[in-house]
Amino acid sequence: MQHIRAHVLVCGGTGCKSAGSGKVIESFKTEIEKKGLSEEVMVVETGCHGFCEHGPLVIIYPEGTFYCQVTPEDVAEIVESHLYKGRIVERLLYHEPLSLEAIPSYNDIEFYKKQERRVLANCGRINPEAIEEYIAIGGYEGLAKALTTMTTEEVVEEVKKSGLRGRGGAGFPTGLKWSFAKASVNAKNYIICNADEGDPGAFMDRSVLEGDPHRVLEGMAIAAYAIGSDEGYIYVRAEYPLAIKRLRVAIAQAEQMGFLGNNIFGTKFNFTLHIKEGAGAFVCGEETALMASIEGRRGMPRTRPPFPAVAGLWGKPTNINNVETFANVPLILQKGADWYCTCGTEKSKGTKVFALTGKINNTGLAEVPMGITMREIIYDIGGGITNGKKFKAVQIGGPSGGCLPESMLDLPVDYDSLISAGAMMGSGGLVVMDEDTCMVDVARFFLNFTQSESCGKCTPCREGTKRMLEILTRITEGCGRDGDIELLEDMAGKIKDSALCGLGQTAPNPVLSTLKYFRHEYEAHIYEKRCPAHACGKLAGYTITDACRGCGICAKACPVQAIAGKPKSKYVIDQVVCIKCGACMTACPFKAIAKG
Amino acid sequence: MKSLEDLKALREKLQSDIRVRENDGTKIIIGMGTCGIAAGAREIMAAVLDELAVRKLKNVQVQQTGCIGMCEKEVLVDVVRPGEPRITYGNVKPVDVKRIIADHVINGRIIEDLVVGKMDDAKI
Amino acid sequence: MDKVTLTINGISVTTDKNSSVLTAARQAGIYIPTLCYHPDLHAEGACRLCLVEASGARTLVASCVYPVSEGLVVKTNTTRVRSARKLVVELLLANHPKDCLSCQKSMDCELQKIAADLGVRKIRFIGGEMKAHTIDDTNPSLVRDQEKCILCGRCISVCSDVQGMDVYSFAGRGFHTMVSTAFEQGLEKISCSYCGQCANVCPTGAIVEKDDTAKVWAALSDSTKHVVVQTAPSVRVALGEELGLPPGSVVTGKMVAALRQLGFAKVFDTDFSADLTIMEEGHEFIKRLTNNGVLPMITSCSPGWVNMLEQRYPDLLPHLSTAKSPQAMFGAVVKTYYAQKAGIAPKDIVSVSVMPCTAKKAEAVRPELCDSGFQDVDIVITTRELGRMIREAGIDFEKLEEEQYDSPLGEGTGAAVIFGTTGGVMEAALRTVVEVVTKKQLPKIEFEEVRGLESVREATISVGDLKVKIAVVHTLKAARAMMDKVRAGMADYHFIEVMACPGGCIGGGGQPVPVNWDIRKKRREALLECDESSILRKSHENPEIITIYKEFLGEPLGEKAHELLHTHYTPQNRK
Repeated sequence: MQHIRAHVLVCGGTGCKSAGSGKVIESFKTEIEKKGLSEEVMVVETGCHGFCEHGPLVIIYPEGTFYCQVTPEDVAEIVESHLYKGRIVERLLYHEPLSLEAIPSYNDIEFYKKQERRVLANCGRINPEAIEEYIAIGGYEGLAKALTTMTTEEVVEEVKKSGLRGRGGAGFPTGLKWSFAKASVNAKNYIICNADEGDPGAFMDRSVLEGDPHRVLEGMAIAAYAIGSDEGYIYVRAEYPLAIKRLRVAIAQAEQMGFLGNNIFGTKFNFTLHIKEGAGAFVCGEETALMASIEGRRGMPRTRPPFPAVAGLWGKPTNINNVETFANVPLILQKGADWYCTCGTEKSKGTKVFALTGKINNTGLAEVPMGITMREIIYDIGGGITNGKKFKAVQIGGPSGGCLPESMLDLPVDYDSLISAGAMMGSGGLVVMDEDTCMVDVARFFLNFTQSESCGKCTPCREGTKRMLEILTRITEGCGRDGDIELLEDMAGKIKDSALCGLGQTAPNPVLSTLKYFRHEYEAHIYEKRCPAHACGKLAGYTITDACRGCGICAKACPVQAIAGKPKSKYVIDQVVCIKCGACMTACPFKAIAKG
Repeated sequence: MKSLEDLKALREKLQSDIRVRENDGTKIIIGMGTCGIAAGAREIMAAVLDELAVRKLKNVQVQQTGCIGMCEKEVLVDVVRPGEPRITYGNVKPVDVKRIIADHVINGRIIEDLVVGKMDDAKI
Repeated sequence: MDKVTLTINGISVTTDKNSSVLTAARQAGIYIPTLCYHPDLHAEGACRLCLVEASGARTLVASCVYPVSEGLVVKTNTTRVRSARKLVVELLLANHPKDCLSCQKSMDCELQKIAADLGVRKIRFIGGEMKAHTIDDTNPSLVRDQEKCILCGRCISVCSDVQGMDVYSFAGRGFHTMVSTAFEQGLEKISCSYCGQCANVCPTGAIVEKDDTAKVWAALSDSTKHVVVQTAPSVRVALGEELGLPPGSVVTGKMVAALRQLGFAKVFDTDFSADLTIMEEGHEFIKRLTNNGVLPMITSCSPGWVNMLEQRYPDLLPHLSTAKSPQAMFGAVVKTYYAQKAGIAPKDIVSVSVMPCTAKKAEAVRPELCDSGFQDVDIVITTRELGRMIREAGIDFEKLEEEQYDSPLGEGTGAAVIFGTTGGVMEAALRTVVEVVTKKQLPKIEFEEVRGLESVREATISVGDLKVKIAVVHTLKAARAMMDKVRAGMADYHFIEVMACPGGCIGGGGQPVPVNWDIRKKRREALLECDESSILRKSHENPEIITIYKEFLGEPLGEKAHELLHTHYTPQNRK
């Protein structure tokens, strides 16, 4: 037997894996062997750390040294220098984008400093395929406590008291939801975990499933106990193969250890879990569509009532929560609702994981206390806007959410503030946009998404979003008409009021919020035939500046002979003939052609 | 697994395996500069790890450090117990390792004849 | 039953606690427009036309699926409601061909009526993309024009939930959502029975019967042709609806008069050949029963049913009676017996039939139904098409004097007329079988045991010393369940009647629309009335039947009868 003095944690999340972390792990094993350190150093593949922008990530304990963008070629040096000689490999450390300072330790990086990692605490810290590591950090204690010391009512009460709200969309109080399913007296109840994460750019659920699958299983088992269910499903999209693999491993381990199965902790409580792979339709994130899909039917929502808590899967009372919600539950049981409430705002307790994407320096996953401001998330954690550009808007809440402008940056991030600002928490996707982003085009992008993902069942969503999309498209193409803004507003209001399911009802949100905060951009497109962000191709004009030397190269490059002039004097573009292809700009040797 | 106690017992057992990632507890720091390695730091390292393994001291962390300028006193071994000053031992030979671990690491008795320095700042 | 009281537009309504707001409103005489809702089908709340304001609801709700509750306050006629509904219709019209005036469904189209009712005068989305599909018209029975489809889902629901055939389902997403068959193949390539129930419930012209009226007009105007027509039992109780009369009107005499005015040389009655069917099928049953034949024997007059069996239960084909359907028997007899008797060359006869059924169009072109040496039945039109012809000809139907069918193929009994409703073939067969076997008059003609509208009914009937166990089944879904039982050897019946459509031919896929159970019941009552008021109510007592056996056919199941009146079945290998 040997004393293992160092652990090399290599991120095995999807992001790092696609960046090549698999080969990094192999190299570590080979190099450690070569140096004769196999007996004293252990290599562990973990889940995602959230700092995916800088993957593959390697953390070496006991020092907690954080290496970024490690390639297999770097490994020999890390082993030789760090593991053998105890010297940090400076060049592979994370450098803060603004100060350029090298930060050796994980906890000192700005990206992590303002985070409060509760749900993601184990992601990147334990081996997700080893139940022992989960148990070692206190795993399954919440379940044990619930089953052996609490009644089902007490569990529901504890969750109610914690103030936990659904992390998947509308933020419905979780304890209340459980009490509904519990109240529906039936011989059979179901628990479903909604892992059909579908918002563009959002991947927190995937990360939790990949990095800490047992936490979700534990949360589901606690919920099952609370509502009197003995069977559950995890509905996870087939595009998440790694998450599915790790879930399968986790379920098998939990069954073997007796955390799933019959007579859990010697009680009468039985719980079986199944994985259902979805085909990745966005609409299957909607509860009733999700259940239809599990039942083997086309994923289409149905009207409510009856609510799933009364008649859900196969007509039985069913409680559905998403991955992040379930991942919060073990903490509440283990540490108590009072501890849980120490973080967050009055009506939004705990933390929320956000997926930072877009024109932001530190893209990745960040878990923050509720009530933190958008500014802190974007500037402190996210490291600000890329290339020193100006912030324009942040889209929050996915395709059902809204775009918030600079003036809303100090808004505390919680369910209710976001709704009142015209956005929503959604699953926590944050897309940051800079001054080069056209807000009409953004609205068009999101509407295109909801339109293509509409299940097609109800008229307002199927036909209405299509017509709105057509109007937005023509505006971005310079063909907007007087009255289009009013037409969009009229339709948006009515679609919200008349669509069948939550997806249709929220589909107009990106249009409404951009109209609310960026109406002038719509007006510029329609009335001045101009895109203020210079992003809309068909509206982008090219002009020749005084830097022109009169060489005539642009005129030769122009495919439609829109450029004319005399040699050695400034050339001119005929805007009527110009097809805005940009060939002149590429051809000009003197950078004398400007867009706009 | 029948109760919370069973689970906690299992946790205790398993916890030590990932203790390395906690960054707490007693630390043994071995000088691994070129000078240290030349003076036999690897042998010291092996001896430390062996002794820790024999005594099942899973909560003791072993770290390395580079040359601190006292090359003639290599191999240097530091012991830091939580809340206590950092003690540096010099000219450590493999035979000293058992003593350092038994007396200092476990029982907190500084082995004065090997000490070459003390640092009050327990932080490293 | 528990009741609740709610308020709709200020009116207090007390209703069953399981009702929807829509049902409660209709009860109170409040009209709420609907498109996807159909009283026979599962309500989906998909079209969003029946939106109303309900107290406590954040958004407008679909009244067809919204449950009533005590104290609920509903408003169906506010600006918010009306303008939302109007947008829904506007959106549907924006993606719908604007050829209403020349559409086959014009004046019967629910979308057209609702657009008119709601005062939609402008479509703000003209010029936008519209769906583009090719028309599926390569089968003999139905035409599907998906460009007219508004995705209400009724066809899917009727085909799956009522008929158990699952021919249609939604496919695609967003704007490209469509109702698709398997791999978007034509109906003739897939396992479709042509029952036409989808056409019956389609609110627009997206699924309609194949219109064969032009062929009939062409034949009628061809002076070299002798055009005869037969009318199926159930047409006489439904045609009136096409021409403005209330459901349940019996219009036999006016129909005969109208057909003569249209120019048919002879107007005959399928009731005659229904009686003929009973003679053959009844004797076939007695033979199977007494000679260890394949049992249960199953009726074969419903062509949608026969298609389904050939497609999905080819192993059970030996159970089907070999007796042709009344339409097919009629066709065979017209071009042989009648041609001889009237001295007309069969090649100059055009045999038209008026049927409640779209599958009959496909039956007529079956290659094996040419026992006269020609295609036995040339053209099949549905009740709806006959209605259109009568309107096109400018005949004032209501003012017509009633006329009689022509002889020799114009006489039918009460037993024949009830062929048009579920249980009718069984009852007609029993009336003959019992008397033939026992050689005694039935003390009571009606077999109440087989009557009713439950989708499966069973009874044990004494036929002399024999106890005959029978079952009566309607809708293809119930038929499939029954066939699964037969296949599993769990059905110890001797004789089963199956009709493909709900209620039998009175609910056929070619009958007037709209249709629902209230209307079907009225048609059924009218048929039973026709039977009761008949002097002759047993097929074997039909004098024309007695004559044709004497003059032409010989014995039931005899050589001539076998050649002209019996057929065989072939498995249809479809996906």
